[in-house]
Amino acid sequence: MADQSIEPILAKSATPGASAIPAPVVVVAVPKYRRPRRLGHLLEQEHILAGALLAPTLVILTLFIAYPFVLGIWLAVSDKVVGRPGNFVGLQNFWVNLNDTIFLRAFQNTFVYTFIATVLKLALGMGAALLLNHHFRFKRIVRAGMLLPWIVPTVLSTLAWQWMFDSTFSVFNWMLMNVGLISQRILWLGDGTTAMGCLILVNVWRGMPFFAITLLAGLQTVNPDLHEAAEIDGATAWQRFWRVTLPLIKPIMLVVVLFSMIATFADFQLIYVLTRGGPYSSTHVFGTYAYEIAMRAAKLGQGASISLFLFPFLLMVIVFQLWYIRRSD
Amino acid sequence: MAVRYGSPLKRAVTFYIPLTVMVGATLFPFYWMVITSVRPDVELYNVKMNPFFTLHPTLNHFYYLFELTMFPRWAWNTLFIAVVSTGISLFCGLLAGYALARLQFRWAPSLGTVIFITYLVPPTLLFIPLGDVVKAFGIGDTPWAVILTYPTFLIPFCTWLLMGYFKTIPREIEDCARIDGASRIQAMVRISFPLAVPGILSAGIFAFTLSWNEFLYALVFLSSPQQKTIPIGVFTELVRGDVFYWGPLMAGALLGSIPVALVYSFFVEHYVTALTGAVKG
Repeated sequence: MADQSIEPILAKSATPGASAIPAPVVVVAVPKYRRPRRLGHLLEQEHILAGALLAPTLVILTLFIAYPFVLGIWLAVSDKVVGRPGNFVGLQNFWVNLNDTIFLRAFQNTFVYTFIATVLKLALGMGAALLLNHHFRFKRIVRAGMLLPWIVPTVLSTLAWQWMFDSTFSVFNWMLMNVGLISQRILWLGDGTTAMGCLILVNVWRGMPFFAITLLAGLQTVNPDLHEAAEIDGATAWQRFWRVTLPLIKPIMLVVVLFSMIATFADFQLIYVLTRGGPYSSTHVFGTYAYEIAMRAAKLGQGASISLFLFPFLLMVIVFQLWYIRRSD
Repeated sequence: MAVRYGSPLKRAVTFYIPLTVMVGATLFPFYWMVITSVRPDVELYNVKMNPFFTLHPTLNHFYYLFELTMFPRWAWNTLFIAVVSTGISLFCGLLAGYALARLQFRWAPSLGTVIFITYLVPPTLLFIPLGDVVKAFGIGDTPWAVILTYPTFLIPFCTWLLMGYFKTIPREIEDCARIDGASRIQAMVRISFPLAVPGILSAGIFAFTLSWNEFLYALVFLSSPQQKTIPIGVFTELVRGDVFYWGPLMAGALLGSIPVALVYSFFVEHYVTALTGAVKG
């Protein structure tokens, strides 16, 4: 600020007829701040240093998040296809979507998949966290092994599941047939409902460790004295869980659920690898159907309008989360 | 939270049996990868044989993977991309996290919120327009297409994690350095950054596994076989039409999982810190 303001003031005072301005006072004051012009000294000022430190992050996020987001909205209201510039078509893409039975099925699937998988992950993750909160031998190894489904590439573990669900060589069928529970092979991925069940199963398998480990971290912050006090007062184990543990870990639980919901809602890879939206487009979700339309059918505008359907839900979750953070601060 | 032990029987029913089931269910698919990758094709595609073990283990599938596919090339691509994008993200995230946690300036709270929001934006929402952006920059089908786009989810994560970490380091340590004559930058680089090394390590390990595992951007932005990463290469190049080469597929899945599993096993505690820290913020 000071650097820039001095030039015009000097210029003004040199101009005849501008003598009414009390410039000399300023001219005397400014050079004191002006002398140290080296970069190091500029960076002594916290707001300038902050700008310099944040610049690389802001450049990348603007170029690769903010700009594509705006571009995505433009694509969604255009008829752009690969290799040809698009024209503005208003809300036509959204209208087409809402009259497309596959899209409506994908819409429903997205919510069913997210809801059931999240509930199961929370329940099983909580169970696993309570188990891991015991003292037992090999606890560290078990805890480390538990996280494996979460850390290995989803695509690769999902391929293993696809092989286990194979129409002819499924290991589950082999086991069930040898135990005598079934006489005919089950086509796990051959029908929309069982395929959706398989998708949810794999998602729960993959996501449960995240719940287990974060909830375990929450459990470890619960003061054991509270449990002892409740026990002395005659509370059963069940009551202690609902009345003591749960209220205390509710904040972390809520955040884990919201994170997981966003990831599950916007899932792509697990579904794309296991079923590719099949059989007969019955297991598409927003992500896979947007890919199908944009990348396979080359209708970029139409595809962008499908992935934009993710946005209202995301916005709701983000607003809720921000509100929650503010409140707990 | 202390847990008391009841009778051995009760403990078996309420603890050991559920724990065994849980661990078994968690690890079974990995066992399946291993056993499939060493069973010969004649056994794999024979429904009469017990699929749980083999008396004739073979390395043919691994041989196929290394000699007849570009797997080594994909492994190199994956490593290169993961290391460079993690490096970029750590650099940006460290500086941004420090600025947001330590420096007093007018936009700090709102910028923190903006970065938190970008942290929650999923790739599924952006991959179509981002494909256009990548093409416009002329980096489509090169490693840079993903090296520059992975930071969109890695930087917000690293920033958020390191911001939380810097808040736990007492400000007074830096103040002492300033009094002893260190400049603002020196206090940051010589005092605060070294103290944040555990946080940097956590963020780095998590970022590395995230970029090693990424699928959608790599699938959309990388198309030639020699540019692919392991997840994409195994998924697209080992399936011909409707024919799945299950032996090599599982061998590739196993080899693609081992590096992250190794990195993870050396730094479990850091990984868990990142995982829980990312949630708590």
